[in-house]
Amino acid sequence: MCLAIPGQVVEMSEQPMLAKVDVGGVRRNVNIGLLEDASVAPGDWILIHVGFALSKIGETEARDQLRMLKAMGEDELAMDEVRGYTFADEAAVT
Amino acid sequence: MKYVDEYRDPVLIENVTREIARSVDRGRHYRIMEVCGGHTHSIYRHGLRDVLPDNIELVHGPGCPVCVLPTGRVDDGLSIAERDDVILTCFGDMMRVPGTRGTPLEFKARGADIRMVYSPLDALKLAQSNPARHVCFFAIGFETTAPSTALTILRARALGVENFSVFCNHVTIVPAMRAILDSPGMRLDGFVGPGHVATITGCRPYEFVARDYAKPVVVAGFEPLDILQAILMIVRQLRAGEARVENEYARFVPWNGNRAALAALETVFALRPFFEWRGLGFISQSALELRPDFAPWDAERRFAVPGVRVTDPKAAQCGEVLKGVLKPAQCKLFGNQCNPEHPIGALMVSSEGACAAHYRYAQRAAEAEPAGV
Repeated sequence: MCLAIPGQVVEMSEQPMLAKVDVGGVRRNVNIGLLEDASVAPGDWILIHVGFALSKIGETEARDQLRMLKAMGEDELAMDEVRGYTFADEAAVT
Repeated sequence: MKYVDEYRDPVLIENVTREIARSVDRGRHYRIMEVCGGHTHSIYRHGLRDVLPDNIELVHGPGCPVCVLPTGRVDDGLSIAERDDVILTCFGDMMRVPGTRGTPLEFKARGADIRMVYSPLDALKLAQSNPARHVCFFAIGFETTAPSTALTILRARALGVENFSVFCNHVTIVPAMRAILDSPGMRLDGFVGPGHVATITGCRPYEFVARDYAKPVVVAGFEPLDILQAILMIVRQLRAGEARVENEYARFVPWNGNRAALAALETVFALRPFFEWRGLGFISQSALELRPDFAPWDAERRFAVPGVRVTDPKAAQCGEVLKGVLKPAQCKLFGNQCNPEHPIGALMVSSEGACAAHYRYAQRAAEAEPAGV
């Protein structure tokens, strides 16, 4: 429920408040409206929860978090969640 | 140490457990509550009970969103799904939570249009793609999740999406901690504070525990080392006769929290005068509702939900387990009538629920070597 998933910003979206993020090879847009300054840049690491970036983190912290998800047996769940984000994909929802 | 060895740094873990053993007062029995369900899961999964001294008792707290949702609210949400024009959406955790007449999954099998989403934004998107239907999002969760719902509602308003609403069940952790501290017969010595909730709230909201109840709170991460380190910090505070809020998870948790997220919460939500929690009863100012400005997106204003109070099955002792009065295996239904395949109470549903964690890992723990400390 409280999965917090680390991802790296790949590029800024043309749509406002969205950034394309890479999570273990899966790329999805996430909403950055909850970040304090609502600004991220390609290369930044963020913590993602239910489609939103919760905070900016360092690369070491991102790796820590990934290892934690593996240790908890929740890394696959996390990938399913990220794959499941459809809100910024025009074709995905029926 | 058997299961902890799976983890990356057994040496560090051994150092911390040795330090805990050295720091405890052997004549004292410690009751430490881990507030967050994620911690409960990690404690069971990694067999941390077995590396702690016998006189440290870990009490599992109320921080599991589906576990604390009372059956009446599940029924209310499902009553919305019974309308022909409605698509009800919820997170995966909710799908197997039993209401009086079945789980969301069972309602879906009987024909209700209930869909799992991974983000409230997916529910909003679904509303945009289905303009002839109404899409309701069954929102649950603590402060980690509530800001995402808030931003989704703000977006629905900005985009003028009128066929979207939120059935709001967001709760806040601090009043629940206070209710537990105030409940008669509950003796606790300290708290492992919730890590992910604190990324939003920061550490300040927990200061009342130290100030008013003279008990330590250490906000912690979820790896075995984080949790053990937090326990060590609590034991050290107790030994020194101190009660402070400390942040073991500073690499993720800013002391003052996430201001943008807190502002979004403040804009969209108001505190309900009271809200029912499974096991804990009605707790004042412990849950969020949409402010009147957002009435068009408030499912409770849009649909007449029954709002009935449903008592839990008499034999199930979810409440006692949630309060930490009973251990999961002490419930009469544990493992027989109530199991992960056929959960009777929500604590058996979520991986963060104490009963599901105990069911899944207790056997392993029983086979583990004695603590040796």
